[in-house]
Amino acid sequence: MYFMDLFIKKRIKAIQKGDQNAYADLVDLYKDKIYRLCYRMLGNRHEAEDAAQEAFIRAYTHIDTYNPEMKFSTWLYRIATNLTIDKLRKRKPDVYLDEEVGGTDGLTMQAQLPSREASPEEAVESLELQETVQRAIERLPEKYRSVIVLKYMEDLSLQEISEVLGLPIGTVKTRLHRGREALRRQLGHL
Amino acid sequence: MKCPKEIVLLMHSYLDGDLQPEGEQRLKEHLRSCAACAAHFHELKKTVAFLQYAAHVAAPPSFSAKVMEAMPQERKTARLRRFMHRHPLLTAASLFLALTLGSLASSWGERGAFSVSADEHVIIRDHTVIVPKGETVKGDIVVRNGSIRIEGTVDGDVTVIHGKKYMASAGQVTGEVEEINQVFEWIWYNIKERFNRALQSIE
Repeated sequence: MYFMDLFIKKRIKAIQKGDQNAYADLVDLYKDKIYRLCYRMLGNRHEAEDAAQEAFIRAYTHIDTYNPEMKFSTWLYRIATNLTIDKLRKRKPDVYLDEEVGGTDGLTMQAQLPSREASPEEAVESLELQETVQRAIERLPEKYRSVIVLKYMEDLSLQEISEVLGLPIGTVKTRLHRGREALRRQLGHL
Repeated sequence: MKCPKEIVLLMHSYLDGDLQPEGEQRLKEHLRSCAACAAHFHELKKTVAFLQYAAHVAAPPSFSAKVMEAMPQERKTARLRRFMHRHPLLTAASLFLALTLGSLASSWGERGAFSVSADEHVIIRDHTVIVPKGETVKGDIVVRNGSIRIEGTVDGDVTVIHGKKYMASAGQVTGEVEEINQVFEWIWYNIKERFNRALQSIE
């Protein structure tokens, strides 16, 4: 872990001095994580690739604003998360499905709906559990989606998630709980 | 279905890994006696397992290369600007140095006339300065575009620019002897000179 940090620090110094090649090492190191985050957030490989690329380029062009007190991965996650959330908002989602359901505090109709593809027979038949899980994540409103993805896909600690999203830990937990409940309604019966 | 809300919160605390032993005890007891909550908890754990199962996705193979291709062409001017912004003093100093070096380097090209800084006690013959045997020159000698032959003694530094120095076996120089035949030596010599002069003027 220590050597890794040192390696990353050295790369960042080199990048700040204008060495573009040093950045290739960091891209290699984090490409899977960032791509995965984008894919889970956006649910589409093509869009995910574009978004992940954009995130890396954005990080490069703003490298001067990187604060070394934060883990570099946290900073990258923050950029990528903000970018995917922007993209989700620009999609102009179906207003009906995105309306919040009364009394559920932020859960949308979409998240409440029993999923069409998630019936046990279908899931077993297609054995596309990955797909089913992904569709369930996509039904989550973005604020739950980002927390769930960072926690279970990226395996970040609650503390790291709070840094990535710039939210207090308590808020992260609340969102995580609600996200899990919403997913349970879709996946729990499989 | 009349279970306290607290039970579900305990489940989530458990999943977050921050459930205290007392809470865990309470949750366990409740789950043993309540089938509905046990099912709920089981579904939550299953959901988490599904999520973790689905986690593994790798970036496409050519991802890094594509990112590097799409990188903004850095932008030599931007880099320079950033550098200048960060180090204004260094920028000013290097600008000054560059201008100075430029003018010096070009002055190296124009080979001036032969000159020598001392004329007492020396013989000058065909662009060669001779310090005769038995003579002592007090002070530094600078010869430009010529050579020097030292048979006697120089009580100081000898500098030859664009030329050669010849030392007879009996010749003696108390200070430093320097031959300058390269541009960068010339520049270095000038910097030293200017620096010394600047120091003297400060003193």
